[in-house]
Amino acid sequence: MVDTPIGAAGPFPGSEPDEVELYHPHSWLTRYVFSQDAKIIAIQYSGTALAIGFVALVLSWLIRLQLGFPGLFPSIGPSEYYQIITMHGMIMVVYLLTAVFLGGFGNYLIPLMIGARDMVFPYVNMLSYWVYLLAVLVLVASFFAPGGPTGAGWTLYPPQAILSGTPGHEWGIVLMLASLILFIIGFTMGGVNYVVTVLQARAPGMTLMRMPLTIWGIFTATVLALLAFPALFVGAVMMLLDRLFGTSFFMPMIIEAGQRLHYGGGTPILFQHLFWFFGHPEVYIVALPAFGIVSDLISTHARKNIFGYRMMVWAIIAIGGLSFVVWAHHMYVSGMNPYFGFFFATTTLIIAVPTAIKVYNWVLTLWRGDIHLTVPMLFAIAFIVTFLNGGLTGLFLGNVVVDVPLSDTLFVVAHFHMVMGVAPILVIFGGIYHWYPKVTGRMLDERLGLLHFWVTFLGAYLVFFPMHYLGLLGVPRRYFEITGLGFIPASAASLNAFISVVAFVVGAAQVVFVANLIRSLRHGVPAGGNPWHATTLEWQTPDTPPRHGNWGARLPVVYRWPYDYSVPGAAEDFLPQNQPVHAAGAAP
Amino acid sequence: MALILVLIALGSVAFHLLSPWWWTPIASNWGYIDTTLIITFWITGAVFTVLVLFVAYCVARFRHRPGQKASYEPESRRLEGWLTAVTAVGVAAMLAPGLAVWAQFVRVPANAAEVEIVAQQWRWSYRLPGADGRLGAAATEFVSDENPLGLDPHDPASKDDVILDGDDLHLPLGRPVKALLRSFDVVHDFYVPEFRAKMDVIPGMVTYFWFTPTRSGTFEAICNEVCGVNHYAMRGRVVVEPEPQYRSWLDQQKTFSNFAARPERAPRDAALRRRVADDR
Repeated sequence: MVDTPIGAAGPFPGSEPDEVELYHPHSWLTRYVFSQDAKIIAIQYSGTALAIGFVALVLSWLIRLQLGFPGLFPSIGPSEYYQIITMHGMIMVVYLLTAVFLGGFGNYLIPLMIGARDMVFPYVNMLSYWVYLLAVLVLVASFFAPGGPTGAGWTLYPPQAILSGTPGHEWGIVLMLASLILFIIGFTMGGVNYVVTVLQARAPGMTLMRMPLTIWGIFTATVLALLAFPALFVGAVMMLLDRLFGTSFFMPMIIEAGQRLHYGGGTPILFQHLFWFFGHPEVYIVALPAFGIVSDLISTHARKNIFGYRMMVWAIIAIGGLSFVVWAHHMYVSGMNPYFGFFFATTTLIIAVPTAIKVYNWVLTLWRGDIHLTVPMLFAIAFIVTFLNGGLTGLFLGNVVVDVPLSDTLFVVAHFHMVMGVAPILVIFGGIYHWYPKVTGRMLDERLGLLHFWVTFLGAYLVFFPMHYLGLLGVPRRYFEITGLGFIPASAASLNAFISVVAFVVGAAQVVFVANLIRSLRHGVPAGGNPWHATTLEWQTPDTPPRHGNWGARLPVVYRWPYDYSVPGAAEDFLPQNQPVHAAGAAP
Repeated sequence: MALILVLIALGSVAFHLLSPWWWTPIASNWGYIDTTLIITFWITGAVFTVLVLFVAYCVARFRHRPGQKASYEPESRRLEGWLTAVTAVGVAAMLAPGLAVWAQFVRVPANAAEVEIVAQQWRWSYRLPGADGRLGAAATEFVSDENPLGLDPHDPASKDDVILDGDDLHLPLGRPVKALLRSFDVVHDFYVPEFRAKMDVIPGMVTYFWFTPTRSGTFEAICNEVCGVNHYAMRGRVVVEPEPQYRSWLDQQKTFSNFAARPERAPRDAALRRRVADDR
């Protein structure tokens, strides 16, 4: 890729006002609590998301206790079981994954990687976090509400979500819907920021096609989220009205336990369409940032440019666009007009093509690289394996007729855990090991990191790979227990017990990770400004950790694309994006 | 790392071949679904194995050694073009049979016998056409203690319908069945793993799917869409038997007239019927 310098080298006159006294925070409170610095907000988002994520992890242990050793824990009854799986799912998908990738990585990396001083609307950005925190607190409150949290399943399908046969129909569902509404409001404040910042605040020379793929992933995911979350928003508002004020958006005439309820004329399938119009892009809201981050991890640690950068960018955009026309593949057996199946199966399988291109390009980046098996790189390679596995099983479920026997079985559970649970979380870990030195100035401990990596990767694979076969057998998901079903052999129970034990070990490894995060804060090896010898701008800041305003007196000027690794003729095996072309010796 | 990756690729294949967990023996005409699934297994399995082994090779061969330098190769249109084309072909090879089978799935044969499956928290009931060979009208409005499935008492076609409330569903062997699904409360899903086919049951509308039982026996039906706290315990049974046995079983069942042979309740029904008419 030939890059020509844009304008003269050096700062652009008049592009920035002189430092203003009012710009920087003056008190501890405005610096660390009600901070408008995207980096602090990112840490707040990530910390909150990881904290609530740990709640979800504990819930997953309870799920595995019941499935692996049914009856051994009498305090987990059917009501509790359904409440546990619902909260586990919702927390993981929305409050952890979405929040960490966009609120966490997005806030930290967007300004730094594009060479901006901050988000363009810092005050709204701060509000975004506080509204998110409120949403999390409302969600947590449902654990303590009369009747407990909702047990409707994370998909919250009406009518059952608001009827008395489902646990948490009293307050749990109300708090859940209120929390989702708050989350979406908070996210929108942040999302507007991410999009406008990427479009308006890039450093001189940072053209769109010179942006690191991390930014492309986060940017595209944010656009998707801004378009998709409103569908969930209206769905949540309508269901709240159905529950609290007796409207019938989603409620047909219903006879519940012999009693006719005061509902009529609504349609439950409408909610499913709204939910999945949000729900499918949501998969890519999580996946696209992971795609971007993993591209940068692989390129940096293989000391090689990402293969096919332009194709990678267009694949991200194509996947993002297609993700809006595939939602009903979650509804093949929902009772919607079955002729929809032809359309949605075709669009769904078409998505496999750009997705496969991304996988090929990651793998081809490794080819003839100079692979440093650092902890972030290990996580990135593990991502390729698990994402490949989960993506391929998506071809079963997307192909409408194959989905018929598999839908709502453990095959689906195994598939989506592999592809949007395990794979993105491995990227989150890889990203944290990669950027922790920039955030704190210290490295994470490598031995603890290796232990964390191997247990998590191999354990997660052992948990979810065999689970597909239980689904193939016909074991349904969301079953409190599977006893008394003749088509399920006794050996399935042994496999369930095995999966549970592995899951506990994987969970325990996360304690090692948290301990590493805390310990390295003080005892980690000092990292310096650019420990990985990376090219992208966030590693070229004058201070580490970067100060408020990021760049000191002058904004950086960008001269090249983000993947100038191992350029022939260059003295070092990396050329930072802000290194002028003439200073690099033989310019590519 | 490379070694582990090889183990993952080969271990996954070995697990696939040796695992005792596989689908239930099929008992319907939907062997096509199994075939499509097998094709998908072959294609995706090959892709998975090849790619993971390739990553393993790269990790082993190009792992950092002192003095090593990566090659500089931003892109290769040719290679990317080829890979895109091969992928598209592979995807088409799965999609084409899938859509062909789906075309059969959505088109119910003209000779299919209608059977109604009614779901409510947390049990299954069934209705079979009587001597007239067709199911009478029914709606949630008509449900009462005497009329558990909500048949329209004024539709003559419903008089001879066979009501199975709390009993197993029987089906004749080898005859296509169109299952009509109704619910009075929440979303359910009727699934017999041996039949492969399934469909959600949505309150307020009638959904359907079809299949032909091809094997005699008693099969378990489960609810496969979360429907409240007893979802996991909502089970039913389907007995598939040859036509003569089926006939003799059918003759012993209660019809709607047996259920409805109660004192006159016409006024309330009339009011209900008017409301239904208005709704429509």
